[in-house]
Amino acid sequence: MEAFEYASPHTTESALKLLGGRWGETEILAGGTDLISAMKDRVTTPKRVVNLKKIKGLKRIEYSAHSGLRMGALVTIQDLLDNKVAREHYPALAQAADGIRGEQMRHMGTVGGELLQRPRCWYFRNGYGLLAQYQGKSLVPDGQNRYHAILGNSGPAYFVNASSLAPILIALGGKARLHGPEGEREVELRKFYTTPMKEEDREYVLKPNEILTEILVPPDKGGKMAVYEVREKTALDWPLVAASVVLHLSGGTVRSARVVLGHVAPVPWPVPEAGQALEGKAVTEEIADQAGKAAVSKATPLSQNGYKVRLAHIAVKRAILSAVKGEA
Amino acid sequence: MATCKYDWPEAGGRELVGKRIDRIDGPEKASGRAKYTYDTHRPGLLIAKLLTCPYAHAKIKSIDISPAQSLPGVKAVLVIQDAGSEIQWAGDEIVAVAAVNEDIAEDARRRIKVEYEQLPHLVREEDLERAQANGRTKPAGEETVGDPNKAFQDPDVVISKGFYGIPVITHCCLEAHGNVAEWTDAKTLKTWSSTQNVSGLPGQIGAGLRRQKVNVDDSNIETVCQYIGGGFGSKVFSRPWGIVAAQLAKMAGKPVKLMLDRDAELEIAGARPSAFAKISVAAKKDGTLAAWDSESWGTGGVGPAGHPPLPYVLQPPNTHWKHTMVAANIGPSRAWRAPNHPQGCLLTMGALDDLAAKLEMDPVEFLMKNVHLAPKLLTKIYSEELQKAAELAEWKKNWHPRGDKTPGHTKRGMGVSLHTWGGRGHTSTCNVIVRPDGSVTVRLGSQDLGTGTRTVIAISVAETFGLPVEAVKVEIGDSKYPPDGASGGSTTVGGVSASTRRGAVDALGELFAAVAPSLGVPPDQLEAHLGLIRVKGDASKSLTWKQACSKLGVKTIQTTGRNPGPCHLNDSGVGGVQIADVSVDTETGQVKVNRMVAAQDCGLIIDLKTAESQVYGALIMGICYSLFEEKIMDETLGQMLNPNMEFYKLAGIGDIGELVVHMMTGPGYDERGVIGLGEPPVISPGAAISNAVANAIGVRVPTLPLTPDRVLAALDKGGLA
Amino acid sequence: MRRKKDRPRKTASEKPSLTRRDFLKGAGVTVSGGLLGKSIVADAAQPESKNEIVGPGAVPVTLRVNGKVHKLNIEPRVTLLDALRDRLDITGSKKVCDRATCGACTMLMDRKPVYGCTVLAIEAEGHEITTIEGLAADDKLTPVMAAFVNHDAQQCGFCTPGFVMACTAFLERNPNPSLEDIEKGLGGNLCRCGTYWGVRHAVLQAAREMKGGSHGNV
Repeated sequence: MEAFEYASPHTTESALKLLGGRWGETEILAGGTDLISAMKDRVTTPKRVVNLKKIKGLKRIEYSAHSGLRMGALVTIQDLLDNKVAREHYPALAQAADGIRGEQMRHMGTVGGELLQRPRCWYFRNGYGLLAQYQGKSLVPDGQNRYHAILGNSGPAYFVNASSLAPILIALGGKARLHGPEGEREVELRKFYTTPMKEEDREYVLKPNEILTEILVPPDKGGKMAVYEVREKTALDWPLVAASVVLHLSGGTVRSARVVLGHVAPVPWPVPEAGQALEGKAVTEEIADQAGKAAVSKATPLSQNGYKVRLAHIAVKRAILSAVKGEA
Repeated sequence: MATCKYDWPEAGGRELVGKRIDRIDGPEKASGRAKYTYDTHRPGLLIAKLLTCPYAHAKIKSIDISPAQSLPGVKAVLVIQDAGSEIQWAGDEIVAVAAVNEDIAEDARRRIKVEYEQLPHLVREEDLERAQANGRTKPAGEETVGDPNKAFQDPDVVISKGFYGIPVITHCCLEAHGNVAEWTDAKTLKTWSSTQNVSGLPGQIGAGLRRQKVNVDDSNIETVCQYIGGGFGSKVFSRPWGIVAAQLAKMAGKPVKLMLDRDAELEIAGARPSAFAKISVAAKKDGTLAAWDSESWGTGGVGPAGHPPLPYVLQPPNTHWKHTMVAANIGPSRAWRAPNHPQGCLLTMGALDDLAAKLEMDPVEFLMKNVHLAPKLLTKIYSEELQKAAELAEWKKNWHPRGDKTPGHTKRGMGVSLHTWGGRGHTSTCNVIVRPDGSVTVRLGSQDLGTGTRTVIAISVAETFGLPVEAVKVEIGDSKYPPDGASGGSTTVGGVSASTRRGAVDALGELFAAVAPSLGVPPDQLEAHLGLIRVKGDASKSLTWKQACSKLGVKTIQTTGRNPGPCHLNDSGVGGVQIADVSVDTETGQVKVNRMVAAQDCGLIIDLKTAESQVYGALIMGICYSLFEEKIMDETLGQMLNPNMEFYKLAGIGDIGELVVHMMTGPGYDERGVIGLGEPPVISPGAAISNAVANAIGVRVPTLPLTPDRVLAALDKGGLA
Repeated sequence: MRRKKDRPRKTASEKPSLTRRDFLKGAGVTVSGGLLGKSIVADAAQPESKNEIVGPGAVPVTLRVNGKVHKLNIEPRVTLLDALRDRLDITGSKKVCDRATCGACTMLMDRKPVYGCTVLAIEAEGHEITTIEGLAADDKLTPVMAAFVNHDAQQCGFCTPGFVMACTAFLERNPNPSLEDIEKGLGGNLCRCGTYWGVRHAVLQAAREMKGGSHGNV
């Protein structure tokens, strides 16, 4: 790891004053599992690290029927799993958190860090940059791309967003609250992630001198929800694909449906096509399967990851069926 | 058979041998007190780091180490391969730096400037034609027995043809390779080394140093290894980095610790050669094997590597095999637990299982029908083990013809495989010391890889003396002790149990001679039993062990026990049968191991508990390479993409299913003496699991690991999708 | 891989040599934000307090480990694992993956299990650190350790301290674990020898024995 300056401010305001205006100059430290690993791999070499753990206000988690769930960015995965109210109102959020293994990661990992984790792409982690460039072209299309994107992969980015929580939070209509030098702003999570076009870009709209302070999730109004992950290992491992589903039913038919895929594209990938396939219909296995097919209808797999198209299709189907059965 | 004085006690006379006994160093390990090489601290210790080559094939044009040398805190910089050297794999060592701490060593390493001329490389070998087109292939053997051409043309045979493969995997020892080197004076070197070869290492390090013009006598080198965090075959030989630590220590005049970083550990510190094969195999309609033909290839780096024994274990009367070695620019191969056997087993047992399916035969019956084609010694063992494993796996109830026809997307399948290994005890020398106060020490230059070597030694001596295990102090892990063989190839337990038994029997003889006058009988009328030295047949005449030893006066008994030696204490050649019970999700391609059953023979078992642990561990290691492990190389970069433990995937505690281990013991097994166990049980899991998946989904997934992409691809080609 | 270590990256710039020399002279100067903060991060606003920023050179760090206070002078980049192992010779926690994957470095921070390889030592100030050396007094074994021995849940033993720490913390939260709980809760530790079968049984045994009994010093 390169040497760096370190600060551990007690307030968000003082933290903001420590941040630089360019990515990579400063990095924000929360749980540390991703940032410190990335720094050891020299994926990022900040000159200054700003630790947020001493900011008490970022660790709150609260729910009200009126405004829904508010989670400070430093709420840990374990805090979230332990929060009965959150589990009760957003069972699929707890389900997504439960996919994060094991206890160490749950105690260290924070909600904010989970949402802002950098891609796992092995070209990125091995030093070839976010766009995996080598001699002027991406290594991914002709390289080892079994874990890469099947959607939103027309380039130049081919990695997948690695967050387990983002897809369900997007399906639930969640927002991110960001603090910057000019004050606060709220961004819908579905608009929070962006596909980088240049090597210097990041994977989200957060600016280098801003801090993600809170996640807001609107109150749930009788939605049925579930997350379904397909993974190689039950132990610590990122899913191959995941589907998050929030359905609203009236009289046995689907009134509205939000389906968001994870680990398939450089950003969490909402699939309105899947929702449309469900709306106005009673959920059967066949209808769920059609929604799954619709979800991947625009998939453009690379040389080795066609199987992920199938997995995404199945994950959507199973998430829908699980949501309807209330399994989350 | 006449008894021989060193023979193991008869079944009825064993107090410890064959029982489930806790490993004696268990508390040290479980409490974190056990000190490994990586944990070694010395006054003034420097930390060394390696700068390695980023290219798979290159020539070094120039090296500038001055920016590293000028960094404060840097104490020595050593060029390992200089300008002009040709580098054959990414990760090869170029320069080593020693500094006052790890961070400075790391900073210094990054300041070194090396210019390379890149040369053409090849790092992926599964496509043989491509490797041939690149001039990267070399014949590695061919053999014909009988007349396979004719046998295949026999109209009465059923022929199965298939493609099978198993990729390069790595050892991924949790304790990285490395050592601490300290010159205690100008001529004397001490190393703390993570090694499977304590007694052999000084000679290797000495030779390496002399090649580098560092003058040292082997007799002035001492190697210590009390605990080692995994080896699996990769830590038998000292590698360049072992020599480098001593060179740096010499240059800096201070002790140096050089442990590989995790990425280097995975890139260069160990690889199991791959094996791919096109196989045809024929049997008569009754299932009797008639002929085999295989064209196989694989790589173990640019140099020569082992190749799988084909066909494995079962030898049809007519066979032809041909193997081609691919020179790939990857880190060199090392012996990986049961070298060449897991590959041979997967290729053979996979092909035989496909043939059994074509014959519409139950694979257990098919193997039963053909075990006579195994070496004679094993035929009976396999018959018994097949029966036992089938019973434990409830084979008759759970097996179905290929393709689970039950509705739903979860398909269950059963697969079987068998394997063999030699495992004869290695050359071993020990001292057994009995002091007048009754204390017992046994001392030898062996090492305990976690297999239970210390415990086995303690049991061997304690059993002989009629003492509890705790009464024996075991001193191993130091090259100044009597020389012992390397721990490789399942040779340790057979070697050390025999040498220590012989040493202990001789020591007991000396004790009997000293005690006999006080008990008024000739020494040969005495026996050691439950802490007593007593007169055979007259329990009233006895002394406690302590009383007996006090008769030694001022004399200390010290004997030397050796292996090989007189009497039949150990043997070679074991058999094992494994059955896998899996579920496959045909929509997602996920494979879940429900249960693994192992029936394993290893002759006379010294410690049943640690023996069973070897088999449990081997099953789990087998599940790892069957489902997850693969050294993933990028052809453009020539680099390994997964030199980390996130993407070099190992099973976790939830990925292993239920494990059932049955050790074959008793008459027919015990009297063979001790045979090694480390390798054999890791051989079959790949084949058993692959066969179980084929049984579940009705089609072969040709290559390991059985990941969702491979399973779905196989289903797309046919099967039950 | 090699590239990340050997190829100078665009983003990496040379650190001021001043701090390095200070460190090596043993000066251990706490570099204030006023001195270097502005020059290193060009675009940042001035911090509120000059004492807020420390490093990149060595700074005093006080760690409380297994009930004992240790004063160190280390750079902010030193991880808790490296500080314990290399500076304090507390070596029960092992360095294996060094990337928050394998669990061999598991230790407790305020009784919660963490991967010591991805905690900065400086972050650990003010927290109670417990390593495996702090669980049992003298040569005694905790129920978890004893269960590991009894079920032979260890071979080479290199993953064992991390596993014992993870199990200890896990059982505190899950005194009656199901097999599924164990599989999830302990999914953050990897073993190469294949001791999981023994670990499963050891956890179940320890859970039985710890009910109402001693939890060691944790």
